Amino acid sequence: MWIYEKKLEYPVRIKNPNPKMAKLIITQYGGPDGELAASLRYLSQRYIMPIPEAKGLLTDIGTEELAHFEIVGTMVYQLMKGASPEEIKAAGAADYFVDHGRGVYPQSAAGNPFTAAYIQSKGDPVTDLYENLAAEQKARSTYEYLIRTADGADVIEPLQFLREREVVHFQRFGEALMKVQEYLESKKYF
Amino acid sequence: MKNNERARLLDEIRAIEFMTIELNLYLDTHPDDQKALNDYNSYTKQLMALKDEYQRRYGPLSNFGTAVSEYPWAWINEPWPWELD
Ligand SMILES: [Fe+2]
Repeated sequence: MWIYEKKLEYPVRIKNPNPKMAKLIITQYGGPDGELAASLRYLSQRYIMPIPEAKGLLTDIGTEELAHFEIVGTMVYQLMKGASPEEIKAAGAADYFVDHGRGVYPQSAAGNPFTAAYIQSKGDPVTDLYENLAAEQKARSTYEYLIRTADGADVIEPLQFLREREVVHFQRFGEALMKVQEYLESKKYF
Repeated sequence: MKNNERARLLDEIRAIEFMTIELNLYLDTHPDDQKALNDYNSYTKQLMALKDEYQRRYGPLSNFGTAVSEYPWAWINEPWPWELD
């Protein structure tokens, strides 16, 4: 089971509303390379992992991604909060506003609703870990694109934190892949 | 201000917790690294002490039987994590 902790993993204190930025950042909430997809992917794949290291890692990274899902949701919430309908319209976010108001909805920057089609759980630990290496790189690229379009330390710093976590996750998945491959090789000979 | 003190303590908790998250993931793939394990245990003890202090002063950080509450039920006290404080 999971226990909720009533705090963010990294603080979000955004000073001014910015609906345009909210509409871009939402892609890491419910987009193809976003945190919801990441969490759902790892927490679904972990059942068939053959070694304890990989079972633990997928559980733990899947859990950390949920904390990132909350950080991104908080960013979207704070970026929409207090924006007037006129400001939202001027920011090009009227389409989001008519569907969701100032609420937080899992969709991509292009407006596609979240779908499990973004992820795979193939029942093959090697295949799944390769998918995860790619997923972490795609998330890193997305954060880099977001950082380039953002201004203000209050928006950029949480994005940088999230970007760095993808780099660490990539590293750990690479180690898990090597251990899983070693294990599968050893089983072949004994 | 009381609120600033609360945010400061939360930032301190986050900093120590970050070390435990990093070490936890590292230990998942390096379970025999004794030095990393000692660090993990030491940061965990610091984190538990800080959380105890926080919860004594500001109410539960976690639900479902992980922290006791004063009357009335303090779990629902604002701010929630997404709210600016
Ligand atoms: Fe990640």
